[in-house]
Order: sequence, then C-alpha cells, then structure tokens
Amino acid sequence: MINYPIEAIRRDFPILSRPVNGRPLVYFDNGATTQTPNQVVKAMEKVYLEINSNIHRGVHTLSNLCTEAFENARKKAAKYVGAASEKEVIFTRGTTEAINLVAHSFGETFLGKDDEIIISAMEHHSNIVPWQLLQKRAGIILRIIPVNDDGSLDMEEFHNLLNPKTKLVAVTHLSNVLGTINPVEKIIEAAHNINVPVLIDGAQAIQHLPVDVQKLDCDFYAFSGHKLYGPTGIGILYGKEKWLNEMVPWQGGGEMIQSVSFEKTTFNELPYKFEAGTPDYVAAIGLGAAMDYVGAIGFDTICEHETELFQYAFDRLSSIEGMQFYGTAEKRTSLISFLIKGIHPFDAGTLLDKMGIAVRTGHHCAQPLMDRFNIPGTIRASFGLYNTKQEVDALVDGLIKVKQLFG
Amino acid sequence: MTIKEIQDEIVDEFSMLTEKEDKYLSLIEIGNKLESFEEEHRTEQNLIEGCQAKVWLHAWLDDDKIRFMADSDAIIVKGIISLLIRILDKRKPNEILESELFFVDKIGLKELLSPTRSNGLVSMVKQMRMYALAFKTKMEN
Repeated sequence: MINYPIEAIRRDFPILSRPVNGRPLVYFDNGATTQTPNQVVKAMEKVYLEINSNIHRGVHTLSNLCTEAFENARKKAAKYVGAASEKEVIFTRGTTEAINLVAHSFGETFLGKDDEIIISAMEHHSNIVPWQLLQKRAGIILRIIPVNDDGSLDMEEFHNLLNPKTKLVAVTHLSNVLGTINPVEKIIEAAHNINVPVLIDGAQAIQHLPVDVQKLDCDFYAFSGHKLYGPTGIGILYGKEKWLNEMVPWQGGGEMIQSVSFEKTTFNELPYKFEAGTPDYVAAIGLGAAMDYVGAIGFDTICEHETELFQYAFDRLSSIEGMQFYGTAEKRTSLISFLIKGIHPFDAGTLLDKMGIAVRTGHHCAQPLMDRFNIPGTIRASFGLYNTKQEVDALVDGLIKVKQLFG
Repeated sequence: MTIKEIQDEIVDEFSMLTEKEDKYLSLIEIGNKLESFEEEHRTEQNLIEGCQAKVWLHAWLDDDKIRFMADSDAIIVKGIISLLIRILDKRKPNEILESELFFVDKIGLKELLSPTRSNGLVSMVKQMRMYALAFKTKMEN
C-alpha cells in the first residue's frame, strides 16, 4: 500500500513500542480490545483537568462546557454510524449493556410467551445470554440459525426460521471467532418483509467495516468504544426512534425522568430516557475523540490497509504445515482463528506471549460455536489499524518455533 | 524431605534459568515426562474444568498417605502438575493442609497460578487441599 502513514500512526499508540517479556510487543488481540491513541487519552485528560463537572444538571459554566462536550460526542457518534438523529444514539457501558437494554426494554414492551427471537450459532455470549434471561422472564422462544462448515450462516435455514411468531432477529455483523462478515443486508430485508425488527451486534464490525445504519435499515445497532480505539466502559446503542419511543425504560434514576412524585413519574425524552444516572461522560468524550482519530486517517484507507494485511496474514499462516483454520467463508476480515495440529491453544498462546506476541486463546466467549466445530478453543490473531506485515512475520516465526517445541 | 524442602529444591533447579522462555521450555520438558494417567480415572467426576485447559485429578489413600495422579490436555499445565505431584504426593493430610505453596511464585511463573489465568491449576490446588481435608476427616472417624 502506498501512502499509509503507518509509522506516524504507530507513534500515536505509545503502548506499541513497549517491550513484553524482553521482546518488542506484537499486539494481535484487537478483537478483545484495541489500543488507545494519545489523542483519545489527551481528550479525556482535558476533561478531567479543565472542564470536569456533572453534565446536564448544572447552571454553572463548567457543567455547561462538559455537557456540550458530551453532547458533541453523541453528535459525532450519530454521524459516524449515519443515524437520522442524535436522539437515536444512546450511551451504554458497551455492546453487552446495549443488547441487555434491548432485551429488557424491547422485551418488556413488545414480547410475551411463545414469541420467537432468532439469533445465530456464531453469537458471542453477550448476544445469547440476555435473550436466555428474557426466555426465563417472559417465556420467549429462541431459534438458532446454524453455521455452515466454512463459518458462514445457513441462510436457507434462516429463511425457514422466519415465521409469523418471529418478533426479533439479533445477529452479529462480523463473527468474533470466524471473522465471517454476515449478509446483514439480506437478513434485514427478509425480516422487514414480515415486519420483524433486527438488532445487529456490531462489536467486531464497527472498527473494520463501513457502517451506515440508515442504509442498512437495521432497527438496532450495538457496539463498544474500546474496540474502536476509544476508552473502556462506553458503548453505543443505536435504535430507530419509532422503537425507542415506545420502549419502556429499563433502569431508573437521575436524568431519565421528566418529573418524579410518589404518585407518578414521567420519563424524559430520547435519548435520556435510557441513560439513568451519571453516564461515563469522560469516556463518551474519549469515544468522540476516537471517532475523530479514525476519521482523520480515513476509514476507507484503514479498510484498505487491513484487507491487505489480512490477506497477507492468511497467506503466510497457510504456509505453515498442520494449520487448521476456522472460518474460511468468502466474505471475512480482521481476524484469523486457527489450531495447529497436536498443539493445545493454551500452550501455543503461553509460548507466543513469551516471545512478546499477544494473541487470544480459548473459546472467545462463544462456547456454542466451539461445540459446533467440536473444539475446545482456537488461537485467534485479530488485527488493527496499526498492525504491520513485519508483525505478521513475527507471528509466523513464533508459530514455527512453537511447532518445533511441541512437535 | 518436607514440602518446604522440595519446593526449595525446585526453586533452586529453576534458578539457573533466567529467561522466562527457558523456564517455560523446562516446564514443557517436565510436562512431557509426567507419569501417564490411568484412563479409567479420566472421568467427569475427576475433571477440573478451566476456561482454557482441562485438568483431571485422581486421589486415593494409601495407608495414611495421600496419593495423586493428574493429567491435562495442555503440556505447560502438565509441567506444573508434575511439580505439584512431586511436592504433594505421598504426604499425610496434615502436611498438605499445613503447607504453603510458594514455588510457582518463587520460580517466577506466578502468572500461571493467578486466578484470572483460569487454566484449571488454581482449582487443582484447591481440590488437592480438599482431598487432604476429606481424607483427614475420614481417618479421624
């Protein structure tokens, strides 16, 4: 790739130049969390050092400045995902909380006994367990789209599962284990044909794929800040206004109310209705800065770099004998899951760590998917905007060494 | 030798390995030599499920001493298991209950026993102590 300012980018992330176990760090655990650039840390530092004050409720200057910065972050997020209005952007603690919010509020407002929700066999536990809890509370039924051998969704079965009892479809945009990019456009279109809303778990997609919620026409889209080079503890639930308006709030407290008396409490308007208590406004402002950061490099440029890196990594890893890949669907990106014949992922991951290489091993919070492939876990290398081909080479060398030691 | 003395011996053996990688290589070597596990004991009941690696632990009483046999699907875990057995096998229940296990920390591999590593080792040590307590109670009755 020409003109990708990789060196300048890497300088923005001081952690990338620290040694780990005496070796230069190779950070390939971006699927779990991405590193934070100076610009984001500085933006948050600025809040604490210059304008910190609780938002919304104050009349004084600092409170107004902080509120403005917080609401400005919401505007950035709305623009980032292409929302029709900021009212549709709710700050949560992350993807998990965003999905739980929908399970609670949408569930309580619209769902009852024997209503059906369709999820898939490749979901992260965060898009399984909230629905199972709802199953216990409201008696809904969970239907599961199976996964094909190559790690793609069995779309024929999805169409079979859709029926008049279906009330919601909740699927991941990009699998955190397989890297599969799901055909969410087709899923949304088919569901909408019978007036079923769709929630997309965008935790892995938001940093690797262009997302435009209006173009997708999804009803809900959830993602986390810390996977988009932002801080932890903040995430976004995008929801169409027509749903959010009707949904009852799930947590009560400050800011989400209009008036409170012991006889009757009325709720605030969107998006505040779903933001009880003091939100992590510092992290929200940090997330806004992360979106600015990504925007300044250019999302298309990042995608181009990542696609090239992904292809290079897959080609190089394929050259190692005994590699078994999980997720070989045509449309995939950002991460590679694999096992090496005869070597436990824990052993491989532990030794790679000693060489300064950070990968994730285990079930990746997707145990049903591990069961589907009948494996205890995988080794997963997941990439970010700052990774390089040299780092891929280091991983390949590391794996060859692991093979020699355990082989 | 006492539990403490064996641990001191192990710490001594590892002390010449200054690089972390070498310590792990040594663990792998030790793990590969772990006495083979009798398949009849590879039961659901003897399985200690870690998040990442599985551990099987079988214990029985031989006269007044406790015997242990264990296995794992990960070799590095087998290495630690091998050391744990060298330290705790053929001990009286009280010796185990009164012991303090410091060798993992002292040889500089404390990350292997940190509660967040969830490789089954923490649960295994806990389970070994539980066996000691159970056998002690049994012997007293």
